[in-house]
Amino acid sequence: MPDVIPENSVGIVTPQAIHFDEPLVLACGRTLDNYTLMVETYGALNADGSNAILICHALSGHHHAAGYHSMADQRAGWWDNHIGPGKPFDTNRFFIVCPNNIGGCHGSTGPISINPDTDQPWGPDFPPLRVRDWVESQARLADKLGIRQWAAIVGGSLGGMQVMRWALEYPDRLRHAVVIASAMKLSAQNIAFNEIARNAIRSDPEFCNGRYLEQQTQPRNGLGLARMIGHVTYLSDELMGNKFGRELRSGSFQRGQDAPIEFQVESYLRHQGDAFSGAFDANTYLLMTKALDYFDLAREYDHNPVEAFRHASCDFLVVSFSSDWRFSPERAAEIVEALIAADKNVAYTAIESNLGHDAFLLPNQRYEQVLTAYINRIAAEISSK
Amino acid sequence: MMIRTDLNIIQQWIHPTSRILDLGCGDGELLQTLAKTKGVWGYGLEIDADKITSCVARGVNVIEADLDEGLSQFSDNSFDTVVMTQALQAMRYPHLVLGEMLRVGKQCVVTFPNFGNWRARSYLLSRGRMPVTRQLSFQWYDTPNIHFCTVKDFEALCTEKRIRILHREFVAERLPDRYMKGIWPNMFSDTAIYHLSK
Repeated sequence: MPDVIPENSVGIVTPQAIHFDEPLVLACGRTLDNYTLMVETYGALNADGSNAILICHALSGHHHAAGYHSMADQRAGWWDNHIGPGKPFDTNRFFIVCPNNIGGCHGSTGPISINPDTDQPWGPDFPPLRVRDWVESQARLADKLGIRQWAAIVGGSLGGMQVMRWALEYPDRLRHAVVIASAMKLSAQNIAFNEIARNAIRSDPEFCNGRYLEQQTQPRNGLGLARMIGHVTYLSDELMGNKFGRELRSGSFQRGQDAPIEFQVESYLRHQGDAFSGAFDANTYLLMTKALDYFDLAREYDHNPVEAFRHASCDFLVVSFSSDWRFSPERAAEIVEALIAADKNVAYTAIESNLGHDAFLLPNQRYEQVLTAYINRIAAEISSK
Repeated sequence: MMIRTDLNIIQQWIHPTSRILDLGCGDGELLQTLAKTKGVWGYGLEIDADKITSCVARGVNVIEADLDEGLSQFSDNSFDTVVMTQALQAMRYPHLVLGEMLRVGKQCVVTFPNFGNWRARSYLLSRGRMPVTRQLSFQWYDTPNIHFCTVKDFEALCTEKRIRILHREFVAERLPDRYMKGIWPNMFSDTAIYHLSK
């Protein structure tokens, strides 16, 4: 945390736990009798409730999208670049809502919560979730907050999948869908990377078939390894080359030197893995990656994305990043193609970036300009009503 | 940039409420104007980042695309009219783009700068150098306009490709071109505007 909170920051924020007592029937057929969503909101809802924007987080995200939790907080929320006074998602004009999804590990009901039936953590018994379950729980959150229709729903990656599902499931409850670095379904290569990550977790002896919390341990090595694999796929070759190249952190290739050699990139990845495994839950990681794998926007529409998008009535902004090979511009183009064939309003841009998939989280002038242009339009629609 | 005269001419060939695809839509002015005046609906393709942002700001359906890669994302006859203003000469293969336009659209409108204009001719004749005009102010080595043609060239291509010319209009701003363009379009028009179909 800087000594002074920047002017364009939402400042100190406090998450709230919102409890839901109505049972939630999940796509898998099981029911969550009650659940809690950890939520952060920024800005204020206007009188007619027309200025609300929902932010859907991605695989390892959570409700803390902007601002700081305390003056001692080291880092701002994960999308602080984009959310705040005068930023693309301008909190002077919009009421921004960001929940931690169920199944998460940051306060919403998930594998680390206590299963009321056993008084033990849910662990591996937590029901498998699909993107539609998150959409359903977010719709109930909207009801509770008095939001009948979102001005926009926004998300990157797995978050973008939630946005698209919203557009099909609740077409009259959103006016704009902003889908960033996302896809209508994962490719076999994507699923393969996820399975390698899951296998890393499962093969950690501390995983204990997912009951590690009951055993008072953590599969930190496995989760760290899973994150290392994931992280590589979120970056681009070019970026890693620029950032690390073949620089050594320790050791030397000089003859006569036998001290162990470590490349900078090795140390960086290990650090990423360690930091993540200390702050994330392994069962949540399994659950989230599976939800990603299972997502197939058009499955119930005869595998016809055009037919699927015919059910939407909002306008779309689709954004991709040139060096993103996990959710490539080609995948975004498929979304756009289907939207056009379904006669939907859509704007699409592929932003030049060498930051890989992670670009959707990082500062980029062009990205901010496009988001700002689109969001300004939404603000103009609200004020002209 | 779209000149008012061009726009007025194009508008008369666009049916109200039709579905339009604008290739190289720039900042979205044409689509926005046609939406207002004719109630048309459609998409613009553009490659320039700043122009795309302008379209987004205007609320125009803009899709980032490289026209040289074709229009394979669109099915046959999926638009009433496909428009391309002042971009044909910047295409790598103008004849292929024209073919794609006529595949995707029932009708097409194309505008291009007429390189047969006497000012270009006299520039080349008198100075012996590639014409640099007010309308086309690039040097030969850095111009995006890599395939110039004349009115005659374009019509020859249409004949060769069996493209039907529904209407043709010519625009000239200056004198004496304004009065002469009707008599000798290839010599006096700055801009040619064609309404085409298969």
